[in-house]
Amino acid sequence: MTGEAGAFGAPRVLAAKALDQLITLLAQDGYEVIGPTERDGAVVYDTVDGAADLPLGRLDEQEGGSYRLKSSRKAGYFHHVVGPHNWKRFLYPPHQVLFTAARRRGGFSITVPDAAPPKRAFVGVRACDLAAIQKQDTVFTGRDYKDPGYAARRAAALVVAVNCTRAGGTCFCASMGTGPQVGPGYDLVLTERLTGDRHEFLAQAGSQAGADLLDKLKGRAAKDDDVKAAEAAVTKASRSMGRTMVDGVETLLKENLEHPRWDEVARRCLYCANCTMVCPTCFCSNTQDETSLDGNEAQRVRTWNSCFSIEFSYIHGGAIRREGRSRYRQWITHKLAHWHDQFGSSGCTGCGRCITWCPVGIDITEEARAIAADKGRTKT
Amino acid sequence: MVQIDGLGKLLAEHPFFRGMDDAAMEVIAGCAANERINADTYLFREGGAADKFYLVRHGTIALEFHVPGRDPVVLSTVHEGEIFGWSWMVPPFTWTFDAKAIELTRLVSLDAKCLRGKIESDHSLGYDLLSRFIPVLADRLNAARLQMIDMYGRP
Amino acid sequence: MNTAIVDPMIPVPYQVRSFQKELSDTFTIELTPASGRRPFHFKPGQFNMLYAYGTGEVPISMSGDPADPSKVVHTIRAVGTVTDTLMALREGDNIGLRGPFGSSWPVEAAEGHDLIIVTGGIGLAPLRPAIYHVLKHRKKYGKVCIFYGARTPEDILFRKDLESWRGRFDMYADVTVDRGTGDWAGPVGVVTNLITRGRFDPHHTVAFVCGPEIMMRFSVQTLNGLGVTNDRIHVSMERNMKCAVGLCGFCQFGPTFVCKDGPVFRFDRIQKIFPVREL
Repeated sequence: MTGEAGAFGAPRVLAAKALDQLITLLAQDGYEVIGPTERDGAVVYDTVDGAADLPLGRLDEQEGGSYRLKSSRKAGYFHHVVGPHNWKRFLYPPHQVLFTAARRRGGFSITVPDAAPPKRAFVGVRACDLAAIQKQDTVFTGRDYKDPGYAARRAAALVVAVNCTRAGGTCFCASMGTGPQVGPGYDLVLTERLTGDRHEFLAQAGSQAGADLLDKLKGRAAKDDDVKAAEAAVTKASRSMGRTMVDGVETLLKENLEHPRWDEVARRCLYCANCTMVCPTCFCSNTQDETSLDGNEAQRVRTWNSCFSIEFSYIHGGAIRREGRSRYRQWITHKLAHWHDQFGSSGCTGCGRCITWCPVGIDITEEARAIAADKGRTKT
Repeated sequence: MVQIDGLGKLLAEHPFFRGMDDAAMEVIAGCAANERINADTYLFREGGAADKFYLVRHGTIALEFHVPGRDPVVLSTVHEGEIFGWSWMVPPFTWTFDAKAIELTRLVSLDAKCLRGKIESDHSLGYDLLSRFIPVLADRLNAARLQMIDMYGRP
Repeated sequence: MNTAIVDPMIPVPYQVRSFQKELSDTFTIELTPASGRRPFHFKPGQFNMLYAYGTGEVPISMSGDPADPSKVVHTIRAVGTVTDTLMALREGDNIGLRGPFGSSWPVEAAEGHDLIIVTGGIGLAPLRPAIYHVLKHRKKYGKVCIFYGARTPEDILFRKDLESWRGRFDMYADVTVDRGTGDWAGPVGVVTNLITRGRFDPHHTVAFVCGPEIMMRFSVQTLNGLGVTNDRIHVSMERNMKCAVGLCGFCQFGPTFVCKDGPVFRFDRIQKIFPVREL
């Protein structure tokens, strides 16, 4: 990971206070800095003005349907894991005006809003979430058609990633192959270390922009011990993960489209769509048309939507997926199976958000395991 | 080898009897008659004795239901190479619809009493005949189900 | 990343040049660009997203001649808010258009084969461009048969076209209705009956099938029964197409996005998921 001197220089060790300096540097470079911050009892992603806005000393306890923050002396800036937010809200906002239309005599004219992308720095991007961003890159810019808004916002974004040294209660990134160690694609990656009175970051640049930042942050050259300690901490996080996704889940789900488990999970599911909203890769959106009261102006708005909504599968006359089982099946088979056909990888990163934020604690790993344990009861 | 000619030849050429062996064909031909019906003429009416079944050689037959106070409803049409009239196999051997020629139609009819007698004494002939009837019935049933759901109706 | 990408979500204003009522709830509109004269090229079976000002967008297949790029022709059945709004359009009105999108009937791959077109209801509209193309290149095909099913004689779409196709000596066109009403003297029964009656060589046949999903299921069964294999059957699927470019997720059908992987699919590629309920 951060051991070798990469194309953008050798790893360095920064004192904890360098985080504040980093945020200041980014702001000076014209970036809107987005990072983790505590609000309404959860760590969310929002604008941060300095390290003081980050949840220093706070840990999250997560389980199926449960999320609590508590204070801990063992917690640095990034010992919490992921909360209900994810980065897609900045790259593909929940509400986007596609165009406005003005009625004129005999017709109408269309105006596309100015799409100059904000220059944003994402601080605290976890391995699973960097993988999620890359999965969305493929969705929005890697296939037949590209979304220009996403492409522009993504191109303007700088990623300061963070290796996880603690596994959250619902994490399973290790079994999805996305973490907890950050893969390529970051500008700068940090591994936080808090032992005794030492609080520092091991930092490694992954781009010229990251290397320039690291130059300004100074610090000291990392020693072998620094690198090994960081690696050990990440490995420990990986081993302490309580959940795993079953092997061969892609084929498993494709071959069990009529499994009785779908009925079973449908009895618990509330169709609230929380899982799809907190999922960092879910990309489905709807468009709505709004008109001014006098009818002279109209606009077309794109909003996040969910395969759990009944309108999602509407064709003239009614919805295709009327039953809850079909909607849950759509979500999980898309995420874990059909995503491979569409985009060449799984759509799941193992971030665990869908488990934590499900009001009834439905666990995607448990549902897959239940089908694996009972496959062939009814095959399609 | 038995020489099949006349009615037997017409029967053997009809798709319904395709591949039937000559001996059986000759037995069946003994129950057959050539028929011809003019356009807009009824061949039989609902409730009448189902004493025949028909093979269409040329032309079109409409199978109709009559509903009081409404125009007759055509349930389906039967065309060249097809058959109709399976009521001859099912007690009480009564027609369940009207059959009307849409155009000048040439048919071969098979006498039910005659056929039932021959099947009684030759079960393998009965098996052969039933194996030909059942796919036709299955097709009709499927078609009726599809018509029932009104698939082109307003969603 | 390239930031200068054209946004496929933005419609272009088009003007209604003609409006023609086809059936009680079905109509055909011809469109040309509201400004300028851009030729519009498309392949048979593809669709556009039509935007009714302030109301919304709907996916509608082209129903016109693909060899005529001077106008865009759509045949639409009014079955919802947007299509009801479109039905109120008159000559000179403007609508927005994005497209063309999606896969097409493989008219070129079908050359050298008998071609069977099985269709019902409004399903004839997305096939009409393919029929125009095939008739323009008639010599490249073996037998050409059109089997069309409608609800009643009053619901037969493109009656004039069907009559003229029926009148040709180089093709076979047959129409059946589910319910024989009035003085209809033609066949009564489901469209699959016409397939069984058709005279074509099933082993050298390519079939294009378009209609309600259940009609396509039974048509495929009938074709299979005659010996037409699934790799030579093509169907046109319908799902909730919102963006038409594979970005919104709404039209997913198993591993496919109907908007960009379809709407026309070679049947063997979807045969496993086709019968799965509510997929």
